[in-house]
Amino acid sequence: MDKRLLVDRKICTGCRLCEIICSMAHEKGKINTRKARIQVVSDILQGVDSPIVCKQCVRPPCMEACPVRAIEIDQRLKIPRVINEKCIGCMACVEACPFSAMFFDREKGVAIKCDLCDGDPQCVKFCRAYPHIGRSALCYCTLEEWVAQRSH
Amino acid sequence: MFVTDLVYGYMGTILRINLTTRTVKKKQLDNAVSRKYLGGRGLGAKILFDEVGPRTEAFSPDNELVLCTGPVTGCLAPGANRFVIITKSPQTGFFLDTYAGGNFGPELKFAGYDALIVSGRAEAPVYVYINDNDVSIRDASHLWGKDCWETEDLLKKELGDRRVRVAVIGPAGEKLVKYAIVSTDYFHQCGRGGAGAVMGAKNLKGIAVLGTKAINIFNPDELVAFMSTEIERKFTSGPAIETVKSRMKYGTPLTMNFTQEVGILPTRNFTAGQFEKSDHIDGHAMREKIVVSDKSCYSCSVACLKYSLVKSGRFTGGRMVGPEYETNAMLGSNLGIDDISAILEANVMCDRLGIDTISAGNVIGFAIECYQKGILTKEETGGLELSFGNVDSVVQLIPKIANREGVGAVLADGVAAAARKFGKGAERFAMSVKGMEYPAYEPRGSPAFALLYAITDRGACHRRGWPTIVESRSLKPFTAEGRATLVKKLYDDRIPLHCGLVCDFPYMIAGIGTDYFARILSAITGWDIGVGELQLLSERVASLVRAFNIREGASRADDILALRSMEEPLVGGPYKGRFVTSDMLNQMLDEYYDLRGWDRTTGTPTKETLNKLGLEYVANQLSGQSGRGSRRA
Repeated sequence: MDKRLLVDRKICTGCRLCEIICSMAHEKGKINTRKARIQVVSDILQGVDSPIVCKQCVRPPCMEACPVRAIEIDQRLKIPRVINEKCIGCMACVEACPFSAMFFDREKGVAIKCDLCDGDPQCVKFCRAYPHIGRSALCYCTLEEWVAQRSH
Repeated sequence: MFVTDLVYGYMGTILRINLTTRTVKKKQLDNAVSRKYLGGRGLGAKILFDEVGPRTEAFSPDNELVLCTGPVTGCLAPGANRFVIITKSPQTGFFLDTYAGGNFGPELKFAGYDALIVSGRAEAPVYVYINDNDVSIRDASHLWGKDCWETEDLLKKELGDRRVRVAVIGPAGEKLVKYAIVSTDYFHQCGRGGAGAVMGAKNLKGIAVLGTKAINIFNPDELVAFMSTEIERKFTSGPAIETVKSRMKYGTPLTMNFTQEVGILPTRNFTAGQFEKSDHIDGHAMREKIVVSDKSCYSCSVACLKYSLVKSGRFTGGRMVGPEYETNAMLGSNLGIDDISAILEANVMCDRLGIDTISAGNVIGFAIECYQKGILTKEETGGLELSFGNVDSVVQLIPKIANREGVGAVLADGVAAAARKFGKGAERFAMSVKGMEYPAYEPRGSPAFALLYAITDRGACHRRGWPTIVESRSLKPFTAEGRATLVKKLYDDRIPLHCGLVCDFPYMIAGIGTDYFARILSAITGWDIGVGELQLLSERVASLVRAFNIREGASRADDILALRSMEEPLVGGPYKGRFVTSDMLNQMLDEYYDLRGWDRTTGTPTKETLNKLGLEYVANQLSGQSGRGSRRA
């Protein structure tokens, strides 16, 4: 079974280390959380922090919405990927994503999305499993592993 | 912006706003200045010393509100989330540096600025909106009178983006309450010293920021590798692992478990050092009764913040991130209150109205004692019957203070001013230093805290060092011995962090030392910064800030404790019967001044000291000033 990047929003503390490391990994070491491919959406008063990240749909609405076929399925990881050279910056994919997990780089004028760091998601590495909680909010694992971990 | 060499860590620009002339200017950050003062407290101290002249009134348009970040702020590093407001304090008339976490500091950097200097006074209420390069001064008449949370909500709605970060004041700041806060991200505050009142005096309701720029890192690979190996091990397997784990679970409220045990938990306006019901309001009780989940500031995986919800009783539905230790003690044990839900309620009131919970708890404790001693009458309190343990009196007094109503108008000026006004011996139990109220450590059980309170530039303060455990375990109890060396070391250890600018909490609990911080700074800035350079920075900043206060008329006589700490024996606990004698304090001060290179008689940094630290211009300004007695004398 393929691994997925899964989110347990109930235990996310809103530290945004995922955004920081994501931008460093994708923007040549610069820190620019606006260009992170994972975004923590917070409702601070209600104590809610929700990391929003691509679910790597099997039938991706973003890909279907793209008028110029700038989103292709990556053959190795089997996930949709934006081909920058083809992207026209129309944001049809941003509108189409049911999870608001397709983002947009205003500087470059292209859509940006999670690419799982080619199979080694950096955000997961910086998501702490607090000892008194026992697991981290982000997990890169199979569904079976996820369920097993959560049922403890 | 400026066409400059690529800068690393810094954004390279200081933003200046004059509210009188409604002008906005951008100035390039001088590389030599940033290397010498780093950022945060150091940079802010340099700016304040240069630009706010002696005897400027805190509420005058000439006072400046200097908001600084540092090269580490916003970066991948423990606690890289802080900003500091540096200004002349309306409470003390001296130097004030007051910090907050959350996300505002990083956002200001993403907008392209290392610092923001606000001077002048707007004719009518305004707020400042910084959207990358666009900076505007906007009408805030519709926000005036709104509380901190409402103001944050309204600004986000008005600016049409939930990602906007704000720093705002509540009604207390508008009404110039001397311990008014600046609030950010709802639950974070520049709490101490009255920066909120300085904003109020400028008719500045808030600052809103939206930024989309990048922070350049000199060696990102090295920074990521360092963070994921050596620094990470400090949090997962280092020698402090048990401390780290318990702080992750219980946050700052766990401190009450130590202060109660040691016997330095302020109780009933600092009469006693242990509270018989501390186990109703300490870290464990709070986790069990009201904590729902763990929360973090930007770039911090300690998660010392606790989201709490009151699920039963009179205050059902109350929710917040907090309360913290200081609040649990000052609005709890110090008022004889043993109900964590009531403390949360009082905390939310203070946060929304915009007053510091530490000073508020201290002031209310003082008012209760005044009432008990007949110094304040029922008539004067507007019918309120004040007594320790009485939640009603607390929740009714807080809005009176914030809105300056009735007796609240006097209490809004702090315990020192209120004691002068009330007279009748009230000054004997007005717990403050330099006009700033004591926080939640009883100095009669801790000579090290006594010294810290006495020497801290902004007044009685627990954030310049935390000797609680080291002192109780390694120094001879209740002597002056070794305290000056300990306090200076703790104070100096924090300065690079407060210039950096990061939260010191993760560094302190995990034992991440100056050597590690030097490596973080080097990887970010590309400068080869060693421990020696940071030690020199600490000495420089400590003496520069001291010099600011000396120029304002401070002297050795201001480095003193509240009378109760020096003449009244502590009630109960291991330090029962103790008080800080003049001899003890004098010995500690002599030793401390010697270590700093400050004159023993006047407390002034000597010319040699200042010259050695590259502060010749400061020495020139001070020459002829030393030897003047206490300003208050």
